[in-house]
Amino acid sequence: MFNTGSELIKLCNEKNKKISEIVIEKELLNSGIKYDELMNRMKEILKTMENSSKYSLDKEVVSVSRLTGGNAIKVEEYKNTHKTICGDIINSAMAMALSTSEVNASMGKIVAAPTAGASGIVPAALFTVKNRLNLSDEDIISGLFTAAGIGEIVARNATVSGAEGGCQAECGVASAMAAAAVVELAGGSVESSLDAASFCIINVMGLVCDPVAGLVEYPCALRNASGVANALISADLALAGVKSLVPFDEVVEAMYKVGKLLPESLRETALGGIADTETGREAKKRI
Amino acid sequence: MKNYSVFDILGPIMIGPSSSHTAGAARIGKIARELADDSFYRVTFYLHGSFAKTYKGHGTDKALVAGILGMNPSDERIRDSLQIAKDKGIEIEFIEEDLGYVHPNTVKILFHYKNLEDYYVIGSSIGGGNVIITNINGTDIEFSGDYPTILIKYNDRKGVISRISSILSNHDINIATMKVTRENKIATMITELDSAIEDGIIDEIASLEEIIYITGINPIER
Ligand code: SF4
Repeated sequence: MFNTGSELIKLCNEKNKKISEIVIEKELLNSGIKYDELMNRMKEILKTMENSSKYSLDKEVVSVSRLTGGNAIKVEEYKNTHKTICGDIINSAMAMALSTSEVNASMGKIVAAPTAGASGIVPAALFTVKNRLNLSDEDIISGLFTAAGIGEIVARNATVSGAEGGCQAECGVASAMAAAAVVELAGGSVESSLDAASFCIINVMGLVCDPVAGLVEYPCALRNASGVANALISADLALAGVKSLVPFDEVVEAMYKVGKLLPESLRETALGGIADTETGREAKKRI
Repeated sequence: MKNYSVFDILGPIMIGPSSSHTAGAARIGKIARELADDSFYRVTFYLHGSFAKTYKGHGTDKALVAGILGMNPSDERIRDSLQIAKDKGIEIEFIEEDLGYVHPNTVKILFHYKNLEDYYVIGSSIGGGNVIITNINGTDIEFSGDYPTILIKYNDRKGVISRISSILSNHDINIATMKVTRENKIATMITELDSAIEDGIIDEIASLEEIIYITGINPIER
């Protein structure tokens, strides 16, 4: 039904429908499953996301390698007890993103979105707008379809794998998916959703994948926290009416090209970037 | 271009931190358990390549042990599997070893028995929770565990394949793929099926006089 962002915009406008509605139609058509079954499967996704976003907010969750952890609760408590710089919304979003990352690194249950490394961003963004705008679970489920639709376009035309495209393709794309959904849930236009998605990727164009010791922990968890902030500020920019000069499809193409230009050492091999620092190499020896 | 489903992008629901190190490892372990006799008292895991280098940090060790205990890749007890094995009195050992020209995420799982011969399975985790089993007790094979699969070793004589096929078709089971290799007049056949292996089918095939060894496993959840 749609392979690109521009085709998606056209379809939405022709049919006078939201991105989520078009994505649901496409999924029903391609998969052949019934509407109720589709919704039930997405509810299961939502439930897992809800658990992972909250799990580490009130306890210290440490990774299997014991290298990282315990940060979600720190941010949550800081938010509750301090006059923070960025306010409750961003701090609570970052705490939720960290929570999912910590659950992942401690062998808990998460939903890859689009990957395990970037799994904290989409749920944290959606639960943040849920609270902010008093939305229902049904609204959030439609947001998940919007997010998935954006991710599908990137997966089709570029990549969502850090080994292929660097972290811009994982955390960058997760932010783009989240931002598009947030804009739709806030009542923005289809064009604004895609603008917000573009901003997210532009903001981290070229971001490398450099996990210390090859583990999905550091800098991954930090990039989930900054990734949800990226999604929320990009959504606000687009909702304010800021437009992307370069359309989404071209941004995705640029990201793909940049990913291909990255040397292998900066694509998940843990041979460059933060992984290849004195401390990063030390950490690798310790585990 | 591949057609994506929303659940390729939001999904799978999985145990972290990485599908090739957790889900894939648990599936290899579980397939190995299904193939082996389950009266083992000790299991040795030979870890190759990146499995050897990062198994502790990724929890590959816990996922493998969970698999040989029969847990599915989505089981939240995976993180406690080493303790669970201990409680069951199963000895576990990990050895880093070069297994030759194999995929970087490869493991050889060796089951030890008091009253039976040792039994081993070699498998690779090839990404996204997908696996291939490449060797059982020295016999090279290849299957994914995504389908109901029957493995048969038999004395290679005329007509065996057609008798096996007719037993399957009598049970209304469609064959998805069938691979046969031969060595010293002994054939190894791997048959992937479209529907689940029911009780009785294995026994029926085993009653053919040429059959040396037969086992069947149903698909392992992702
Ligand atoms: S640094 Fe690499 S492993 Fe970590 S989240 Fe980014 S892409 Fe994934």
